[in-house]
Amino acid sequence: MNSHVKPVSGEDIARVDLSRRSFLIGSAACGLVLGYAGAPETALAAAPANFEPSVWYAIASDGLVTVTCGKADMGQHIASTMAQIVCEELGAAWKDMRVQLASNDPKFNDPVLGAQITGGSWSTMMNFDAMSRAGAAGRIALVEAAAAAMGLPPYFKDELVVRESVVSHSKTKKAMTFAEIVRSGKATKTFTPDELKAIKLKTPEQYTMIGVSVPQLDIPSKVNGTAKYGIDTMLPGMVYGKVVTPPVRFGASVKSVDDSAAKKVPGFIKAVTLDDKTGSTSGWVVAVANTYANARKAADALKITYDNGPYANVSSETLLEEAKRLQSQDDSGQFFVKDGDPAAALSGAAKVVEAEYTTNINIHAPMEPMNATAEFKGEILHIYTGNQFATRSGAIAAGAAGIDPKYVVMHQAWLGGGFGRRLDADMMVPAVQAAKAVGKPVKVIYSRENDMTMDYSRPLTYQKVKAGLDADGKLIALSHDVVSAWPTARWGIPDFLSPSVDKKGPLDSFTVNGADFFYSVPNHHVRAIKNELAHNATPSGQLRSVAPGWTFWAVESMIDELAHAAGQDPAQFRIALLDGKGGNDGGAQRLRNTLLAAMGLAGYGTRQLPKGEGMGVACVSSQERKTASWTACVAHVAVAPSGEVKVKKLTVATDVGTQVHPDNIRAQVEGAALWGLSLALYEKATLKEGGIEQTNFDSYRPLRMSQMPEVAVHVIANGEPATGVGEPAVTVVAPAIGNAVFNACGARLRGLPITTEAVKAAMKA
Amino acid sequence: MVTLNINGHNMSVDAANDTPLLWAIREQLQMTGTKFGCGAGLCGACTVHVNGEALRSCQTMVGDVAGKKITTIEGLSQKGDHPLQKAWIAEQVPQCGYCQSGQIMQAASLLAHNNNPTKEEIVAHMDGNLCRCMTYSRIQKAIMRAASEMRTAANSSNDRRAT
Repeated sequence: MNSHVKPVSGEDIARVDLSRRSFLIGSAACGLVLGYAGAPETALAAAPANFEPSVWYAIASDGLVTVTCGKADMGQHIASTMAQIVCEELGAAWKDMRVQLASNDPKFNDPVLGAQITGGSWSTMMNFDAMSRAGAAGRIALVEAAAAAMGLPPYFKDELVVRESVVSHSKTKKAMTFAEIVRSGKATKTFTPDELKAIKLKTPEQYTMIGVSVPQLDIPSKVNGTAKYGIDTMLPGMVYGKVVTPPVRFGASVKSVDDSAAKKVPGFIKAVTLDDKTGSTSGWVVAVANTYANARKAADALKITYDNGPYANVSSETLLEEAKRLQSQDDSGQFFVKDGDPAAALSGAAKVVEAEYTTNINIHAPMEPMNATAEFKGEILHIYTGNQFATRSGAIAAGAAGIDPKYVVMHQAWLGGGFGRRLDADMMVPAVQAAKAVGKPVKVIYSRENDMTMDYSRPLTYQKVKAGLDADGKLIALSHDVVSAWPTARWGIPDFLSPSVDKKGPLDSFTVNGADFFYSVPNHHVRAIKNELAHNATPSGQLRSVAPGWTFWAVESMIDELAHAAGQDPAQFRIALLDGKGGNDGGAQRLRNTLLAAMGLAGYGTRQLPKGEGMGVACVSSQERKTASWTACVAHVAVAPSGEVKVKKLTVATDVGTQVHPDNIRAQVEGAALWGLSLALYEKATLKEGGIEQTNFDSYRPLRMSQMPEVAVHVIANGEPATGVGEPAVTVVAPAIGNAVFNACGARLRGLPITTEAVKAAMKA
Repeated sequence: MVTLNINGHNMSVDAANDTPLLWAIREQLQMTGTKFGCGAGLCGACTVHVNGEALRSCQTMVGDVAGKKITTIEGLSQKGDHPLQKAWIAEQVPQCGYCQSGQIMQAASLLAHNNNPTKEEIVAHMDGNLCRCMTYSRIQKAIMRAASEMRTAANSSNDRRAT
């Protein structure tokens, strides 16, 4: 049917996985595979929760080291970073390093998380140790093999030096390359988990690779069009699916499909109405045709009638009203933080400040629209896509097919942007059910309109904060309610939920993280309240920085309001609160230092700014209290009398402990800060009659080049363990801008995005 | 059947005249370096050159470009060594990389006419190309770097002619 699809390309993609398998089989003879003794592969497959590291890399007989990355690479260059960490301990030359992306085989599960999931800015911190040990184990094995091959007695092995893929012995002037060692066949040593754990790793002063900005391994393929994303999948005999989505975000069902006009489209094959028992989609139809252009035409020609379901009258306003209603009830939600008694403290406070903070719905809109290709081959369902959560998404694909998840093979591709969107698996359902219905491989590509209106969006949030100062202007109580849809609860995986401190059942900490800040406040409550209506009408997802993207908007704006109420400089007010007392010891001081660094670099408080200009600060312990990268921002803005905000400069300081790749950290932090700016000023989605109103980049407007201010990024590396950098800087920018606007013109903004109209209105208030 | 001249080769595609060039290039001819982003000319991911001008291939119909000289990212240079491609690597521009084919093709059409652009000229020329990873500052630096290399090359060839 699809005569233009050349079989060769399909094989190209299939080869990614096949070559790995045949390589592993054949490698006993020609390559060194670092498998670790313990459970054989079949046992590993049967016990997916196993944390044992397995096959992270292989060295071929030509000396090339191919690292298999189990994390989704969406532009954070994590595959290259994993290779860099392995390379440091292994002693390979960077030019010999290669990367490939793992399938969903459980042996590639994250060693800490026990699943294949990429998010939370967790990857480097959670894989650093395992990759280091894998690299070191390889070096030890190679050295022992080299000693044997050189005819040196084993006790000479401590005299061997490993550098740039060569093992050398200066006394005897003998040297072997990794390639020669592999070809000698003497590298056979394996390691048990205990032996791995016992390996003494390098200390930071011994690093020669960590901390070096080596060329990213994926970049050359991204400037000549050869990098393969999920959307680039080509399979022999493949046909195309274009989804037709209903007018409401969720809850619709298809009443009828009239395909009489679609049948006149050349190449049209079938209209497939989804029967989605996974709950990922509702009321979707796939038009399948021989080409994508024809599938689009056929999709446009389908006449579908819907029952728009229970949320057809819901709007952003309805969701906000419901959030306010829930917040006003004393028995709503569960406690995330419950220290002291804020109500009692507030009743005796000298000053009480109370404010509501809101954020609108936000859409991920990665540049590569959602897509997936499904192929049934024998009893195996093959999925080709770029996905951040292969463990769950494979199960969703299985659910859509009605088969056991163990029969699903996910072939990972580079992600054309993730930002949390590709943690979800909705795209599996149309691909799988269309492939099943037509008996051919089907590539489903969402239109941008499908992608935007069916996004698992950042939810609309409503937060109420009430705080009290004593007569000395000291913060004595803060009560914080966070009302939102619960994106992580939607996954149905209990391990991702957290127990509430008031023992009222699990809560979704990914809606309140950040509210458990490092300021010392004796009476502090944080309540997580699920907005069930929003949860159902706008199934939400994790958008770059997740909860800290809204919790710090509220916290860092309120801290500023409190500082002004106390008549203190907002930065100094924060520094006093970051006293490191009790459980805040350590983190508070790091955050204080980071804030001071940002202030110094921005020249905060050192000069009089022209009228209409201002500086604002914010500092955050994003993403989670236990995984924080200490990040501070000084925003310098100019506010026109019209209310228009121009950001002149963002100065961002971030304490990341250890820098694996300084240049990449700067790139990630700058990108994250600009995301923060984009969310703060430009991006807004709205729900009307149950549907997302914004359908493309004309109505949903991420930052463009002309809107980019100067961004100065400063990284603090103090030898603490490496932390994540993809997200934290997103969260610090909006409050810094809001606080700068107040500093510039006295207008206090409490809703995101900050629009010209809102600033103008707040100026008058 | 439409015959298209892409990267110097004539290729036949079984597509109606009103088929967007993007889909013919990507999905039928399988040159997947050209990307689909919005389908509405709003993001620039699908940018190709038609007779040397940068065009959005999602808004260009195959019937309108038959016989014209079409260049995609795969054909921008013989060995992936256009000054912009080298500069993109030197500045380590791409993050996810998905928009970068379009960014490079858009930038190439600027430098073909102007090898000494100001920052303002770069912004004006590039503002229609979205980068969701927000690599804009590196894109600017890479264009400046490539322009500088092109001027150096032009000057040295002028010098040779002079002697």
